[in-house]
Amino acid sequence: MIRTDPAVPPPQTKRSEIRVKQSSARPDNAQQSGAGLAMQVQGLHKSYGEQKVLNGLDLTVGSGQTVAVLGRSGTGKSVLLRLIVGLQKPDAGTIQIQGQEITNANLEEMNEIRKKMGFLFQHAALYDSLTVEENIAFPLRRHTEMTAAQRSERVKDLLASVGMEADLNKMPSDISGGMQKRVGLARALALEPDILLLDEPTAGLDPITSGEIDELILKLQEEREVASIVVTHDLHSAKTIADRIVLLHEGNAVIEGTYEELEKSTDEFVVEFFKRDS
Amino acid sequence: MSFHANIPRRWSTDDLPQPSVAIRSAAASIWNPINGLLEWFGELGMFIWQVLRSTFRRPFEGLELIRQLDEVGSKSLPMVAMAGAAIGAVLALESRHSLVQFGAKSLLPAAVIFSIIHETGPVITGLVVCGRVGAGIGAELGSMKVTEQIDAIEASGVNPYKLLAFTRILACIVMLPLLTLAADFCGIITGWIANTAAEPIAFYKFIHAGFAGTGFSDFLAPTFRTMVFGLIIGVIACFQGMRSQGGTEGVGRSATSAVVLSSLFVMLADVILVKLILVFFP
Repeated sequence: MIRTDPAVPPPQTKRSEIRVKQSSARPDNAQQSGAGLAMQVQGLHKSYGEQKVLNGLDLTVGSGQTVAVLGRSGTGKSVLLRLIVGLQKPDAGTIQIQGQEITNANLEEMNEIRKKMGFLFQHAALYDSLTVEENIAFPLRRHTEMTAAQRSERVKDLLASVGMEADLNKMPSDISGGMQKRVGLARALALEPDILLLDEPTAGLDPITSGEIDELILKLQEEREVASIVVTHDLHSAKTIADRIVLLHEGNAVIEGTYEELEKSTDEFVVEFFKRDS
Repeated sequence: MSFHANIPRRWSTDDLPQPSVAIRSAAASIWNPINGLLEWFGELGMFIWQVLRSTFRRPFEGLELIRQLDEVGSKSLPMVAMAGAAIGAVLALESRHSLVQFGAKSLLPAAVIFSIIHETGPVITGLVVCGRVGAGIGAELGSMKVTEQIDAIEASGVNPYKLLAFTRILACIVMLPLLTLAADFCGIITGWIANTAAEPIAFYKFIHAGFAGTGFSDFLAPTFRTMVFGLIIGVIACFQGMRSQGGTEGVGRSATSAVVLSSLFVMLADVILVKLILVFFP
């Protein structure tokens, strides 16, 4: 397996004036060993019945770094994100978020960690009984002490950043798939997270909209310097937005490196993957 | 052409199911439903535990609770009132015929009112709410589950058991007795109208005669019995919705099973509670 240096020097991430309410919950086993790393996954195993999805996966993401996770369908890419955000528990292995071990965290501790993360679901998963504005305001209303006016201002800023300021009062069912993804992205960014988890942000979108989403993610990286894991099937998108690419096969990373490094690989699976895509 | 082509193969003992396979298959057909039932009750217990442990923690989801009180209460009111009214009229018409035959016509108001507040009002309200609210909650939460909206709530650091389940369950518990009062009221009114249509009687006389032999406990216990119905409807509907899987078909299954199971458990609870009420309020 090819592996490049995963730990890049942590940039000085600026947190804006948004103050997220913190509870006293904090994992007892909080470790500081992973300083400079936003996420560290070690020996991750996950099975569903007889089917092994993840088989000892190791992955590290430095602060401000974007890692694209590629692989065939059913190789556990989305499962990896669900494990990181705590929607499922791994069978074995450890996951550290900013040095805090989360696999044994209780609900309150996990919710505190989740406030530092933004998750864009594959199909956006917007709350269909709420308007676009209410969807984005949801995490702000729950986790900040902002007034209604401040929330409204913040929502407008977020929608402007994804080019959807005119669609404030629309229902999710009234906007297209691409627009839903943008709103989902705006919602994921509402609390100014340190970590972004994006599950196929360009899947099912036309090339122009995909390009716009990629540009948006690049812009966010430049402006906010968040650490991101982007699960995608789109090699071109991965090339555009990712600092490193991890290729999963049979529940493990077969190769990890920059796009150029992967392109030069002689590994049979990697060559086949790149050939199919081209 | 082969000469043996049409000769049937000889029957052999290999064609019979092997004893071990047959026994295993029979055992599985008995065990699988039992296993499924135990699994369902186990998951239900875990769901109730998740809801209970989220109940007393802040924030208390007041806005969502008010929305659900409106959804369960005011939006069910017309249907519950109509069902109560229909039952009141039918009871008066049917009872009149029988009581006249036995020369006990004067007992008609008491028979109608006692029957409505004791049994038909609470049960009809429970079953109507099972259909309207149970299906609504099952379908809504099922749809949220299969479109990952519940996961999105959880991923944003909000407890979905409290936000979605607890508020709906509490709304059902609070609104069922109030809806029962509405059903009882409508039933008594239409009972009087149906009675008056056959033989005019003043409303106050109807009420006076009807409540003459009825104590406060006759009214209180059956009405508050519906709080248990509300608990059952809320818990079953939320549970079925939140464990929904398999796309739109799964949502349909959740809605149907929410109605069927909550109706079944409401009827079962009714039998048990009637016995308990008779023991504690003889």
